Amino acid sequence: MTTIVERHKKLERNVTLLGLAAFAAVTVGGIVEIAPLFWIDNTIEKVEGMRPYTPLEQAGRDIYIREGCYNCHSQMIRPFRDEVERYGHYSLAAESMYDHPFQWGSKRTGPDLARVGNRYSDEWHVQHLKDPRSLVPESIMPTYAHLAEHELNAGDMTAELRTLYQVGVPYSPDDIAKANDDLKVQAQADGDATDLKKRYPKAQARDFDGDPKRLTEMDALVAYLQMLGTLVDVNAPAAQEALAKEKGR
Amino acid sequence: MSTHSTYDLLRHLADSWGLVMMTVIFLGLCAWPFRPGARPMNRDAANSIFKDESDV
Amino acid sequence: MESALKRSGLWLAGLLIAVLACAAAVDTGFAIHMGIVGLACIIGLIVTLRGLDLSRAILSPDQGRYDDDVIRWGVIATVFWGMAGFLVGLIIALQLALPVLNLGLEWTAFGRLRPLHTSAVIFAFGGNALIATSFYVVQRTCRARLAFPGLARFVFWGYQLFIVLAATGYLLGITQAKEYAEPEWYVDIWLTIVWVAYLAVFVGTIIKRTEPHIYVANWFYLSFIITVAMLHIVNNLNWPVSFVGSRSFPVFAGVQGALVQWWYGHNAVGFFLTAGFLAMMYYFVPKQAERPIFSYRLSIIHFWALIFLYIWAGPHHLHYTALPDWAQTLGMVFSVMLWMPSWGGMINGLMTLNGAWDKVRTDPIIRMMVMALAFYGMSTFEGPMMSIKSVNSLSHYTDWTIGHVHSGALGWNGMITFACVYYMVPRLWAKPRLYSLRMVNWHFWLATVGIVFYASSMWVAGITQGLMWREYGADGYLVNSFAETVLALKPMYFLRAFGGLLFLSGAVVMTVNVWRTILGHQRDEAPMRDAAFDPAKDRPLVAVAA
Repeated sequence: MTTIVERHKKLERNVTLLGLAAFAAVTVGGIVEIAPLFWIDNTIEKVEGMRPYTPLEQAGRDIYIREGCYNCHSQMIRPFRDEVERYGHYSLAAESMYDHPFQWGSKRTGPDLARVGNRYSDEWHVQHLKDPRSLVPESIMPTYAHLAEHELNAGDMTAELRTLYQVGVPYSPDDIAKANDDLKVQAQADGDATDLKKRYPKAQARDFDGDPKRLTEMDALVAYLQMLGTLVDVNAPAAQEALAKEKGR
Repeated sequence: MSTHSTYDLLRHLADSWGLVMMTVIFLGLCAWPFRPGARPMNRDAANSIFKDESDV
Repeated sequence: MESALKRSGLWLAGLLIAVLACAAAVDTGFAIHMGIVGLACIIGLIVTLRGLDLSRAILSPDQGRYDDDVIRWGVIATVFWGMAGFLVGLIIALQLALPVLNLGLEWTAFGRLRPLHTSAVIFAFGGNALIATSFYVVQRTCRARLAFPGLARFVFWGYQLFIVLAATGYLLGITQAKEYAEPEWYVDIWLTIVWVAYLAVFVGTIIKRTEPHIYVANWFYLSFIITVAMLHIVNNLNWPVSFVGSRSFPVFAGVQGALVQWWYGHNAVGFFLTAGFLAMMYYFVPKQAERPIFSYRLSIIHFWALIFLYIWAGPHHLHYTALPDWAQTLGMVFSVMLWMPSWGGMINGLMTLNGAWDKVRTDPIIRMMVMALAFYGMSTFEGPMMSIKSVNSLSHYTDWTIGHVHSGALGWNGMITFACVYYMVPRLWAKPRLYSLRMVNWHFWLATVGIVFYASSMWVAGITQGLMWREYGADGYLVNSFAETVLALKPMYFLRAFGGLLFLSGAVVMTVNVWRTILGHQRDEAPMRDAAFDPAKDRPLVAVAA
């Protein structure tokens, strides 16, 4: 007993020991809880249809991030009747497996966007982003008219896709090499997107912002929004099976 | 070891033995200021912040 | 002389690197940031050349005196960034009520200003308060002068550079899009360097202490510094697209990314906003009350329980998401357990006033501390309640969360910081008293009423929103469109902004008070006390014989 007491006295008087003990206390909890998830990959099996973002979608996602959309919009539908009816099938873990960073959000000042893709027309999105209250009078969303004015300056998409590849997104060498061309082709009204669509199934290629002469930030953002939630056919048997395997939900 | 069993192992550790171990260490640390003979030490520590007021 | 040359060389080298990085930058934001870094180097160079950087405090410190320069700067920075953060908070609150205030400009839209507000109040206001008070407390409880005086000054100025880079970055659209961890990779690296220096100064001072026991406030500060370092590094493991560009991608994606982020996010609350501020409480409340902490034993239990339990609670931010169920449940259980140590700490603080409760009436600083503890107790009850999954299914994604956060941030962090500032200012600038105690009283009431408006309007808004989202009609269809729920909240958003305005007004009163105290003014005012009492007159009338 006395030895324990002595030892504790030391702890109280030795800053290194105190620091280490506190550090141990805080790491154990973190490790025990977080570490298992890094072996979870096989339980979020790759659901049929999931693919990395096309360069244009990724560029749109960069704008989504830049403008801080996540401050008001979630991308995570919870398994409740009202949410499923309002926003669509609840979100699967696999659907955000290529999201660096994840954009689940924490607040719905505006509605969830996890499955907003193909629910509205491009024209609706462009008009809504330019002036939300012209379509939804109650809306309190800021206006983003400047997106339609700014040329898309996405930087070197090859470098961006290579970085994403380095953190684990399975882009093929072909995808990376052709990234800058893919970016332009997808936003053209009359471009030949067959190769793009082969490598990125379900990719939508067209002029998104209603201004075919220019490739604007609006093009990229609308392309990203129109893709959200469209990749996985959640009601297909394969997806349902994967869902059943997605443990612990 | 396959990744699957590593996951299961760690996941079970998290809500069984890992948890028990944490709880035991924690309870030990909680009990420790109540050990016999600690009272004067605690009192001194609590009053240590007022020592500067009685300096001459 | 030679060393002055060397230091000038270092500044020049820094300037050169900044200029090169600015020229090679792949995006405008990075170029602007490198310009700011270059500017900082030029300021450093000028200071060095004029021989102002190595004061006597660094070269030949007087070990018989405390080193309070950094603390004085820190107090001023706390007040300044507090004002900035509260003001931006009021602006974004008004933007939600009147969207035209977004001005249609990309730099002033809510999505960019909201991180500016959160970072300004948490990291700039709260962070400076933590740095200033920790240096104040560690010196006084160790009875030793601050270790590494040069490094301590680097910590302060380095931290201000971090704030400026983070804040300008948000306006320019440079963000990682992870809440409370928005700054990009190079700013994160800079903060890591500053933070390690902070740890060195703090631990160095504890090592050279003359007091045998390490007072419990320092335990809390130490765990705050260590844990924040760990959280910051793990949550910001990013890979930059270009080493001369602002964009980077986090190593973790999806579910893992979410859990790491909220492990970070929740423990930023637990260790930055709770452990660090509890350290303030454990020193300043006993000092202001002039009596030792109620139970030193309880403070030790409080310490271990808090740091053991907090670290597990993160997943309660991810209830009903794609995070595995067991992790959610674990997070919930630990969050509920966390209620106990939190209230233990609150009781410990409040009971310190046992036998001196009259001070609540006569001393507005004590009153602020008591109110801070009351809000701490309230929000640490509300938090565990909201982490229960069934409650969370209603409260999550709504303004209830915003209300909860603000009752903690404004009530607990704000009030305890104000009290500590009022305590320290006359002592740091060697003034006999504050400019005005009555103004402290005004500040107290403005802030308290402001918080009441804020929290209650957000409770109503959050519950309204949650219930409207899930409301079904007799026909079996959802009753409300999303837009209708937005409209329903509008009055609440105005009330919230009004609460924010009151809170900001209180901070303005504080700024004036602190400023005039530093100038050495003393307001001529009636002392704060209760009704006059003359014992000589406290007697019955004796009938006078006729």
